[in-house]
Amino acid sequence: MKNNKPKHNIKKLDATILRTATNYLLPLLLLFSLFVLLRGHYLSGGGFVGGLIASIAFVLHSFAYTTRRTLRLFQVPPRTLIPIGLTLSFISGFLPVLLGQPFMTGVWFADKVAVIGSVGTALFFDIGVYLVVIGVVLTILLTISESD
Amino acid sequence: MLTLIFLTFVLGFGILLLKKPVQTKFVALISLLPFSIFLYLLSFLRSVKDGVNSVLYRSEWIPSLGINLDSKIDGLSLLFGLLISGIGTLVYLYATSYLRGHPLLHRFLSYLTIFMGAMLGVVTSDNLITLFIFWELTSISSFFLIGFNNEQEESRASALWALAITGLGGFFLLSFGVIVGAITSTYTISDLLTQSDVLKDSPFYLLIIVFLFLAAFTKSAQFPFHFWLPGAMKAPTPVSAYLHSATMVKAGVYLLARFTPILGGTMEWSTILLVVGGITMTYGAFHSVFRKDMKGILAYSTISALGLLVFLLGIGTEIALYAMAVFVLAHALYKAAFFLITGIVDHALHTRDITKLRGLKKYFPLLTVAAVIAALSSAGIPLTFGFIGKELIYESGLHYIDYNLSLVLVGALFFTNVFLTGSGFLIGIKPFFGTPIKDYCISHKPDWRLIAPPVVLGFFTLLLGILPVIAYKEIILATFSAMNGAVVEMPLAIWHGVNTSLLLSGATIVLGTAVYFGFKCWNSSMNVVERFEGIAPKNIIAFIVEKFRQLAFRYTWVFHNGYLRSYLAVIIVFFIGLVGYKLFADVPLSVNTVGLSEFRTYELVVFLITVVAVVFAINTASRLTAIAATGVVGYCICLIFVFYGAPDLGMTQFAIDTLTTVLFLLVMFKLPAFLKLGNSKIQFRDAIIAISFGILISIITLQALVSPADKDISRYYAENVYTLAKGKNVVNVILVDFRGFDTMIEGIVLSIAALGVFSMLKYKDDEE
Repeated sequence: MKNNKPKHNIKKLDATILRTATNYLLPLLLLFSLFVLLRGHYLSGGGFVGGLIASIAFVLHSFAYTTRRTLRLFQVPPRTLIPIGLTLSFISGFLPVLLGQPFMTGVWFADKVAVIGSVGTALFFDIGVYLVVIGVVLTILLTISESD
Repeated sequence: MLTLIFLTFVLGFGILLLKKPVQTKFVALISLLPFSIFLYLLSFLRSVKDGVNSVLYRSEWIPSLGINLDSKIDGLSLLFGLLISGIGTLVYLYATSYLRGHPLLHRFLSYLTIFMGAMLGVVTSDNLITLFIFWELTSISSFFLIGFNNEQEESRASALWALAITGLGGFFLLSFGVIVGAITSTYTISDLLTQSDVLKDSPFYLLIIVFLFLAAFTKSAQFPFHFWLPGAMKAPTPVSAYLHSATMVKAGVYLLARFTPILGGTMEWSTILLVVGGITMTYGAFHSVFRKDMKGILAYSTISALGLLVFLLGIGTEIALYAMAVFVLAHALYKAAFFLITGIVDHALHTRDITKLRGLKKYFPLLTVAAVIAALSSAGIPLTFGFIGKELIYESGLHYIDYNLSLVLVGALFFTNVFLTGSGFLIGIKPFFGTPIKDYCISHKPDWRLIAPPVVLGFFTLLLGILPVIAYKEIILATFSAMNGAVVEMPLAIWHGVNTSLLLSGATIVLGTAVYFGFKCWNSSMNVVERFEGIAPKNIIAFIVEKFRQLAFRYTWVFHNGYLRSYLAVIIVFFIGLVGYKLFADVPLSVNTVGLSEFRTYELVVFLITVVAVVFAINTASRLTAIAATGVVGYCICLIFVFYGAPDLGMTQFAIDTLTTVLFLLVMFKLPAFLKLGNSKIQFRDAIIAISFGILISIITLQALVSPADKDISRYYAENVYTLAKGKNVVNVILVDFRGFDTMIEGIVLSIAALGVFSMLKYKDDEE
């Protein structure tokens, strides 16, 4: 990128309250999104909603601080979450094929795990969806807010 | 077999990683890949030799839809498979020298390998759907091969034409498969053999064969779809030799031959094939002698040969099927040799214009031998394999059931063969004999990798020509039986005594030679042919395409004019028209208010808030207010979802609404100032649209309550959610398990959208 001038013409707003709130809200919302993701198989929730909630958390952060600060929270650009998520979904769909069953058959571990319940390919599929949604939403929103 | 094809694909992609190693001299080793496939396929000869047996491999893919990766090897598959891998071996060897030092050689070899895998898939598939998939893969990989010189405009255009025409054919092949599958409830080709009568008696028989023919004719460059083939000659010569003589263009012929025992033998079948094949073969043969470019001549003579094969399938008698099997082999041997020779000449002298080439014998002694053998085989001189083919071709014409018609058939065959003989001589004889026009400066001395392939092909032409019984016993009988459905012995021999077909062969050679010598005379009158270019199918189709594009532009301009508001108006008005019409025309409207529940206080409150927010959104003078107001409307809808027991929906809607509002805010700063664009007239119009849309949706909702609905699916989900998917939340289990495939595809769609936004905005940034 050639122009180094700050892309944000948001003046130095007095965003202290928002920032302080965000500092607490971001981890809380992320935890909540994970909660929604994991409970999805039994109660309302799921990867899609969970992903949206997590995205909202980051969008809130970008409002309180700046897009650049939000991007700095990630080690890699959020768009890399997209292929990771898609691959995870695909692998969890493909796993049964290796076990001799049709594509996308649910395969489950025999033992239940505390809190989460039964762990199976569907969960990993959902995690894949979760990552894709975060990746997509943040890529779109942050790209738009970054561009002049 | 299947493993082999997949291994080929894996290797094909693997070669892409070998950018450096392919530039070394060890690259010739890559031809061991097709060669080992060739040897492997040879091992099947014994199993299918007697023409009765075939080797089947079954493996399930999507058994619930009847789509399986079955392969079947019988004589017909094996003949084509051997041609693909055998000529493939030679082409690989040749290409490594022809494109030596080309920076993208690894890509070329990769495309070639993928193409070979797809082609093997086409000829061994025993399932209509997998056949279609491999068929499309050949179209796609050949697109990359034809457009390999992608910095040339013409090359790209030719590749696109080839893809468009063969892709159109692929569409018809799929339609064919679906209809056949619907009628017989199987996609397995070997099962269709027993259902031949069902298909022939079906009212859709004509439609089925027309779809099949369109698929085959586009791929095999039959009139009027032939024009992509001369264009495809822009490809590097090894590609032309491989795709356009021996393999891809014969896929259409293979398809017809494959379905001959299932669908063939009817009046419609033979009439269409005779007419189209007949036109193609005479048209192609006649055109071939009016070209100067060696590849142009070869393109048209190939079109003609393909027409001839289709014609023979149209005759459809036993002897014609024999002739077809022999001619496939004979043509592949001599035509591939012609292409390879052309490539060498072009490579060494940088010209393919036959009027500028003479006396090359001195420079390429061994190549001249190969060229002469190929020319003699194409002319059908005894002791070459082409002779055997030509005899059988005339025999099949002479022994047609209808005597009067047989005269016409023989006439057409004779005409074609005369011109094919002439054009064969133009390629194989003319450039090599006589005195050199000038002292050619040979820039690239061809090495053994270039010379060997045509010589090997020439060797086989002679071997099978002298001892046709080898070809007959090993493969031709089996090929014939696969097409005929029953074994009929008809041994090939060099000498049948003096009979009509021998006399015709003799006359062909004499007249063909006359055509060859006449070349000079009408060389000057070539513009006669050019004058008819205006009505050539290529130009007609190009004209239609151009008009279609203009239409598309105009259409797009009307509906896709860049104003979001008019998109919305168009979509909604269209919806109102379509659904409204259907609703009032077909459904007895009865709104049942009895079953509706009472308004509860908090619902009333939410409703009022919604109305107020809507009024605000419409009347405000500030964009921010409008956005906030629509956000309020969205949240109210979420609440309604929650009230009526759809918490999942409510939750998702809530998150989506939040993000949409944020998105709005983000773009808000970039929009021009908020103006009241509409005058009262426009506002009035919009109000009518909006109100009628709202009324329509309300009616549909109320109507849905009283309409009987099929609850089987939802009941199935509800009952099986725990037993099958170990979940309790039906909505989410549907998303991740029952219909997880949809979710995955939707994930891909979302990703593409994100990539689109990202690349558009970032690209713009970088340009600034």
